[in-house]
Amino acid sequence: MPELKYLFFLGCVIPYRLPSYEVSARKVLEKLGVELVEMPEFNCCGFPMDPINHSLTLTLAARNLCLAEKQNLNILTLCNGCFGILNDTNKTLKEDNEIREKINGYLRGIGMEFKGIIEVKHLVHALTEDVGLEKIKDAVKKPLTHLQVAQHTGCHIVRPAKHVGRDDPENPTMLKNLIKLTGAECLDYMDETECCGNPIIGVNEEIPFQLVREKLEHIRAVKAQALVTVCPACHMMYDLYQTRIERAFNEKFGLPVLHYTQLLGLAMGFTPEELLMNALRVKPTEILSQIQR
Amino acid sequence: MSEITEYVPSIIKAEEMDPKFKYEISKMHGAENLMLCYQCGTCTADCPISRFNDLYRPRRIVRMVQFGLKDRLLSDDALWLCTNCFTCVDHCPQGVEIAGIVRILRNLTVKERGTMPIVFKGLASNILKGGYVYEIPESRHKRRMDRGLPPLPKPNLEDVKKIFEVTGSLEIFENAETFEKVRS
Repeated sequence: MPELKYLFFLGCVIPYRLPSYEVSARKVLEKLGVELVEMPEFNCCGFPMDPINHSLTLTLAARNLCLAEKQNLNILTLCNGCFGILNDTNKTLKEDNEIREKINGYLRGIGMEFKGIIEVKHLVHALTEDVGLEKIKDAVKKPLTHLQVAQHTGCHIVRPAKHVGRDDPENPTMLKNLIKLTGAECLDYMDETECCGNPIIGVNEEIPFQLVREKLEHIRAVKAQALVTVCPACHMMYDLYQTRIERAFNEKFGLPVLHYTQLLGLAMGFTPEELLMNALRVKPTEILSQIQR
Repeated sequence: MSEITEYVPSIIKAEEMDPKFKYEISKMHGAENLMLCYQCGTCTADCPISRFNDLYRPRRIVRMVQFGLKDRLLSDDALWLCTNCFTCVDHCPQGVEIAGIVRILRNLTVKERGTMPIVFKGLASNILKGGYVYEIPESRHKRRMDRGLPPLPKPNLEDVKKIFEVTGSLEIFENAETFEKVRS
């Protein structure tokens, strides 16, 4: 039984835009017996700087890894982007002596050294591998039967397979299995593994918007009542931008986008208010009234 | 989208080709398998960006690196359209990390041509000012307290600045020319 104690890496997007993800995650994790230790200090995971200077990204990420090493704790993050870059850096520095020495050279100036003694986990991995499906199943008090949802796992918690080494990137099932535990049905749809487009939104909006539109169309085609995400960047694309996309393409989706921790929270008996469901842009009114019925 | 956004091929002249370029690139982390690409095109066929855009083609990028067409590559704005979804990396039958090669080319564009999309300058400046990639307004801190959330971890700005310094990034951002958007 792994120790359910992690250094909690919140990242930037969640405190800036999505308190609903943080609030709901803290609630369900606490109830599941997971202890979250706050980061003593923080800097961006490094992901946004990778296109500019890979060494900068590796060093920013490594600094966060060093902080976790100091406390001998694995890192838990709710963000696919943070997971991707922290995990890639961790793996690269563990396996490649030349790169580790180079980055340690940079870290020396701030009195740190990467040792390679911890692991990085995304929420989905921690729930599946450490908390365990049985325990989550036991915590479900109000199964969400008759609710039909679709999931978007996103990219960086499954790809590149060589670095992540978990789940099946062609047909990811971890999140699907976690959704099934809540009693909801998880519907398949076309091109489930397709990217949300968020990382390039700052240089080009048209392509990401077309990607989002296509995904929302595919989900609408199977009549899912909600989309479930596990990444703040993906969530923003489908929820925050949904009305803009509806306007741009003259379509109507009205698809609520829930953080997985909200779906699980509802099944565990938390109220919609406790899970900040009202903070979602597309209001999940229909689902909530169905659940309360 | 009024501009013509089609790729117009032009004849490659021998003097454009830098025969050493492919060796320089394949020495870098992430591009080790560059020379194994046999142009099957799986990357482009499976690329979500290529489906919606006629300028970004991962297979062509890899071929251009093999041909040593450095100037053409580094002046191509389409490089900035990769979302890093890593589908190409996972699907390549030869183990070529195409997204890694694109990242190297972007880094090289910044280093050698001193240009980048403006958005990155803003993000970097936020990280240097507050540790977070977005500037978190005071009101958000207050709302956290109201919601019973713990205060956000404070950044160590001295460390952050030093990391930017030693990796040569302060200089990069200070001197970079920027452009607004990449057309599609």
